[in-house]
Amino acid sequence: MTSAASPNPTVTQDDDTDTELDQDVPWVVIVWNDPINLTGYVVFVFQKLFGYGLQKATELMMDVHEKGRAVVSNGPREKAELDVFRLHECGLWATMQQDK
Amino acid sequence: MNIFKRRFVRTSDAEFTIRISDEERDLLDHLVPQLRELLMSTAPTGEVDPMTRRLFPTAYNQDAEDDATYQEQKRDRLLVSRLESLEILETTSRATTLSVEELDAWANAINQLRLVLGTRLDVGEDDETTDMDPDDPDNAPLATYHYLSHLLGEILDVRMR
Repeated sequence: MTSAASPNPTVTQDDDTDTELDQDVPWVVIVWNDPINLTGYVVFVFQKLFGYGLQKATELMMDVHEKGRAVVSNGPREKAELDVFRLHECGLWATMQQDK
Repeated sequence: MNIFKRRFVRTSDAEFTIRISDEERDLLDHLVPQLRELLMSTAPTGEVDPMTRRLFPTAYNQDAEDDATYQEQKRDRLLVSRLESLEILETTSRATTLSVEELDAWANAINQLRLVLGTRLDVGEDDETTDMDPDDPDNAPLATYHYLSHLLGEILDVRMR
């Protein structure tokens, strides 16, 4: 994965957004580009965790690689948290946010 | 070593054979306890050893409070999961056959080692072994990093076949 394109997905702000969060707005899980994970490994993880076919998993990996990030799943907060956890287990750089 | 022979071969839907050298198995046996020690030495909450920051990433990058809650709830589970993969690699490091689950644990554990070594070495995507300076003290860990990348590539090759 490239090292240049992605902003570091560390905590950047601490807005008091809880009061503004719409419970009906789905959450998205984002995987960020990083210089260490192998492209083939990222494809493998997307296939294994989400059951994506090779083509879709490869397209998502290429989005991460070239655009710096890709939305890999979405849904209610609990599902997004689980997906983020599983991606972290595999060593990928994943975050979640509401899809506003 | 027959370099023209595949070293990881799928022998059935659920089993793989491994033909890596004793020296490679020695290296894995040498690295895994070091990573376990590093993981166990990190504080349960709060400050994380910079070398392991890739193993405990931020989940909520737009909300520090939510992220703190998430880390409090999930960090120990993530640690347990990491240690489980390391243990499987350690207990099967001399095996000549692996199940799918064991091979996936190898991939996970080897990637953990790469993430920590890559962070320690501040590697970039385009770093190649041809760029190595013979006098660089980081040569040994960098060679290990590239070896682990190759080994993981071999595992992925057979796993996704």
